[in-house]
Amino acid sequence: MIAAHWKDNVVRWILLAAASTSIVVVILIFLFLIKEAAPFAHHPGLRELFARRWNPVSFQKESFGLLPLVTGSLLVTALATAVAVPFGVIGAIYLSEVAATAERELLKPFIELLAGIPSVVIGFFGLVVLAPWVKAVFHLATGLTALTGALLLALMAIPTIISISEDAIRAVPMSYKEASLALGASPLQTIWRITVPAALPGIIAAVMLGMGRVIGETMAVMMVTGNAAIVTFSPFESVRTMTATIAAEMGEVPFGSDHYRALFWVGIVLLLATFAINLVAQKVLKRYRLAHE
Amino acid sequence: MSKARTERAFFWLMRGATYFIVLAIAYIILDIVRHGLPAISWRFLTGFPQKSGAEGGILPAIVGTSCLVIGAIVAALPVGMASAIYLSEYARQGAFVRTLRLAIVTLAGVPSIVFGLFGLGLFVLFLGFGASILSGSLTLACMILPTIIVSSEEALRAVPQSLREGSLALGATKWQTIYENVLPYSLPGMLTGSILGVGRAAGETAPILLTVAAFFLPKLPRSVFDQVMALPYHLYILATQHPDVEKVRPMQYGTALVLLVLVLGVSLGAIVLRSHFRRKYRW
Repeated sequence: MIAAHWKDNVVRWILLAAASTSIVVVILIFLFLIKEAAPFAHHPGLRELFARRWNPVSFQKESFGLLPLVTGSLLVTALATAVAVPFGVIGAIYLSEVAATAERELLKPFIELLAGIPSVVIGFFGLVVLAPWVKAVFHLATGLTALTGALLLALMAIPTIISISEDAIRAVPMSYKEASLALGASPLQTIWRITVPAALPGIIAAVMLGMGRVIGETMAVMMVTGNAAIVTFSPFESVRTMTATIAAEMGEVPFGSDHYRALFWVGIVLLLATFAINLVAQKVLKRYRLAHE
Repeated sequence: MSKARTERAFFWLMRGATYFIVLAIAYIILDIVRHGLPAISWRFLTGFPQKSGAEGGILPAIVGTSCLVIGAIVAALPVGMASAIYLSEYARQGAFVRTLRLAIVTLAGVPSIVFGLFGLGLFVLFLGFGASILSGSLTLACMILPTIIVSSEEALRAVPQSLREGSLALGATKWQTIYENVLPYSLPGMLTGSILGVGRAAGETAPILLTVAAFFLPKLPRSVFDQVMALPYHLYILATQHPDVEKVRPMQYGTALVLLVLVLGVSLGAIVLRSHFRRKYRW
C-alpha cells in the first residue's frame, strides 16, 4: 500500500516534469534568440536596425534597416488577408448554414487537407503555375511579385479560417435562428443579421490565427515573391519578407558577424509579432466561449 | 417572388466561392500528380542523385526525411503524451496550468523559421551537435510538441469519468487507474492525433534549412551526427537554385509528388484510423 503510493508520487513528478517542457522550450526560444542577437546592440548599435535600407553585404557600408522587410511582410500579409477573409468566411457560412450534411462532411475534410500540403509544394506550384499566370494576366515583366505570394498565402490561410469560423458559427444556439425565422426573417436575413453577428468574435479569432500563419510562412513566399528588399506598397512589385530574409541569407553568413546577429533581430521581431497576434486571438476566443456558456 | 430569387442568387454565390476553393485545391493536387507520375520510377525512388540532382534518384532525401521524422517522434511523443496525461488527469486550475496553456499556445504559433533559428542557436552551436540529424529532429520535435499535447489531451478527456471513478472506488491508486483504465482506451486517439502533427513535420523545410539539410550529399547517413538530404529542401533547391530549372522540371515534379504522397498519405491514414477507433469506442 505504501509502496503503491510512493510509486504514484514518482509518476506524478515525472509527468509534471514532462509538462514543464513546453514552458522551458518557450523560455529557451526567447533566450537563445536574444543571446545570438544581443551583441548587435554593442556594435554596430541598435540604431542600425532603423536604417531605411537592408543591404547586409556591401563593400562600402553595410546597412541593416528592417523597414523594407517589415513593409514587405505587412504588404504580403495584408493582401493575403484581403483575399482569404471573404473566401474563408463565406465558405464557413456556406458549410455550416447552407450546405447539406453529406456535402459538409465531404467538403470540410477536403478543405482541411489543404492545410496538410507542405508549404514548399505550394510554393513550387506557385512558381511553376501561378507566377506565369500572374505575369500574363497583369502584363508584368516578372510573375514573382507580392501579389503572387499573397495569393498562395491566402490559400494557406483559408483552411484555418474556414475550420475555426465554421465551429464558431455552428456553436450559435439554434434558438437564436428559430426566433429570427419565427418572426418572419428570411434564411439569408437570419444568417447576416443573427448568426454571423453572434459568431463574430469566433470569426475574428479565426482570421487572426490565419494571419499568424501567413506572417510566419516562409518557403512559399521565399519562392514566389522575388525577394527584392525595397519599400513598396504596390502588389505588382517584388518584395522580401522577414521570413524569406532569414531563410535565404542565414545559410551564407559567417557565424557571429553583424549580418548574422541582424538576422536574429529579424527573428525576434517576427516572434513578437506572431506572439501578439496569437495572444489577442486567444483572448477573443476565450471571452467568446465564456459568453456562450 | 423576387425576394426569394435574390436569396437564391446569394446562396449560389456562396456556393460558388466555396467550390472555387475546393477546385483550387483539387487543381494543385492534380497538377502535381499529372506531371509527377511520369517521373516516378524504381530508379528514381531507390537511386542516388547525380549531377547535383539533375539526374538519378532521390533515395538519400527519402531516407533523410524518414530519419528526421522518426527522430522527432521518438523525442516528442513521450514528452507530449506525458504532458497531456498531466493536464487532463492531475492538473488543477491555477497559475502553473495557466502558464502551461499559454506556453503551449505560444509554441503552436511560433513561425517555423524561428524554430530554425532557435535550433541553430541551441542544438547546432551551443550544445555542439553541429548540422546533424540530431539537431534537426530535436528542432522538429519542439515544433510538433503542441500538436501532440492538444490532440492527446482531447483523447484522454473523451474517456468517460465513470471508468475512473469505478477503478478508484475499487481501491486502485490514481496511476493504476490511469494506466489500467484510461490509457488503453485513449491510446489509439492519442497516437492518431499525434501522427497528424508528424505529417506536418515531414513537410517542413524552414526548421531543417538551418539545422540539418544538406544541399547535395549522395550517400546515406551512418549516425545521428551526420547531415542528410531531405525531400522538402531537395525540392526547394531543384526548383530555385538549379542552373537549368526547365530541364530538371520532371525531377522537381517527381520529388513534389513523393513528398505530397508521403505527407498526405500519413495524414489520411491517421484520419481513417481515428474514425475506426471512434466507432469502436462509443460511450
